[in-house]
Amino acid sequence: MTALGALIRRDIRIALRVGGGALIGVLFFLTVTVLMPFAVGPDLALLSRLGPAILWLGALLASLLTLDRLFTADHEDGSLDLIVMSRTPLELACAAKALAHWLAAGLPLIVATPALGLLLNLDGTATLAVALTLLAGTPALTFTGMIGAALAVTLHRGGLLLAVLVLPLSIPVLIFGVAASQAAISGPVSFGTPFSILCALSLVSLVIGPFAAAASLRHGLD
Amino acid sequence: MRLSGQNLKCVRGGREVFSGLDFAAVSGEALAITGPNGAGKTSLLRVIAGLLVPAEGLVALDGGDAELSLPEQAHYLGHRDALKPALSVLENLSFWHEFLGGEPKDTAGCLAAVALDHATHLPAAYLSAGQRRRLSIARLLSVRRPVWLLDEPTSALDAAGQALFVGLMREHLAGGGIVIAATHLPLGLDARELRMGGAA
Repeated sequence: MTALGALIRRDIRIALRVGGGALIGVLFFLTVTVLMPFAVGPDLALLSRLGPAILWLGALLASLLTLDRLFTADHEDGSLDLIVMSRTPLELACAAKALAHWLAAGLPLIVATPALGLLLNLDGTATLAVALTLLAGTPALTFTGMIGAALAVTLHRGGLLLAVLVLPLSIPVLIFGVAASQAAISGPVSFGTPFSILCALSLVSLVIGPFAAAASLRHGLD
Repeated sequence: MRLSGQNLKCVRGGREVFSGLDFAAVSGEALAITGPNGAGKTSLLRVIAGLLVPAEGLVALDGGDAELSLPEQAHYLGHRDALKPALSVLENLSFWHEFLGGEPKDTAGCLAAVALDHATHLPAAYLSAGQRRRLSIARLLSVRRPVWLLDEPTSALDAAGQALFVGLMREHLAGGGIVIAATHLPLGLDARELRMGGAA
């Protein structure tokens, strides 16, 4: 347990220091959201209708941007070898790394959502709904994205490959995340139904992600 | 305690690196793996560390902790230092100490043992190659593991650093440890030599 705690603390500390990825994600999220009104035009009704979808897309791309480094940094400096050899099961170590990544890079996106909601003419309820769905849905993005990050390490290809591998897996999360936000804003479906499915997706990825990533890392080390 | 490998064969990228390789080392013994570049010294160490799967043969540790696998009882000191440039010297060492499950121990003392105690709060990004190596060696001291797998351990170390490391290896061997080192330079202690053939 101390081992996992140490791993989480280290990853968060690195992410928050100079050159870490935590702030990059938020800045990217901010940029995407700020650019949208310029592209769509000053139609306030349209903006508030598109708002939840824009926020979700921004969060998805921002989390993808920072996921790239989840294992590659450890692979390049040899830390991954020691993590694989250690007495901590690799599955738990992967889960700890993903949790640290979510805390350092995912949580700030959710904190930033209310401010960005203002830019998209979302009212209080809508912003709250989007923030809540992001809170329930971003763990799924991180934990499925982790599988792609592990594969990217073993195939020695970063960035683009990760996006190609992970984006299809995140489509269900995107659909139900936006559906739940829309349901809270305008109906007619009740908020609970898509939101439950979103939570279920997160829970499933929480279970599958670490095992798939660990299997990929173990198989591909050389 | 006896660490041995039998009839090991390693294939990488479709090319056979070595085959039919046997070795053994008992407690208190050092084994120096020598041979030209590309002979498979690093591959052999990684096979022992469980990081590469041998195509044939097996590696076994007799008389160790039966609950633990060989990699879990071994330290691996590779080419890459496993140091994070953003963290300080002490933070790097404390992390590995906690993660590898070391018993409560004075990590600052381990830094003093490798003569890095003057730089505890310096970010690892500012260390020289030799200092990075010293910090990696401090990791071996902070957590007790009976088997040390060392890949060119003295590269980048100055004369004082090499002498210091030889002393640390002696201490480890005297405590019943096993050292397996891939090296081009003489280790500076009585070691049995395992000579690996030229590149195929």
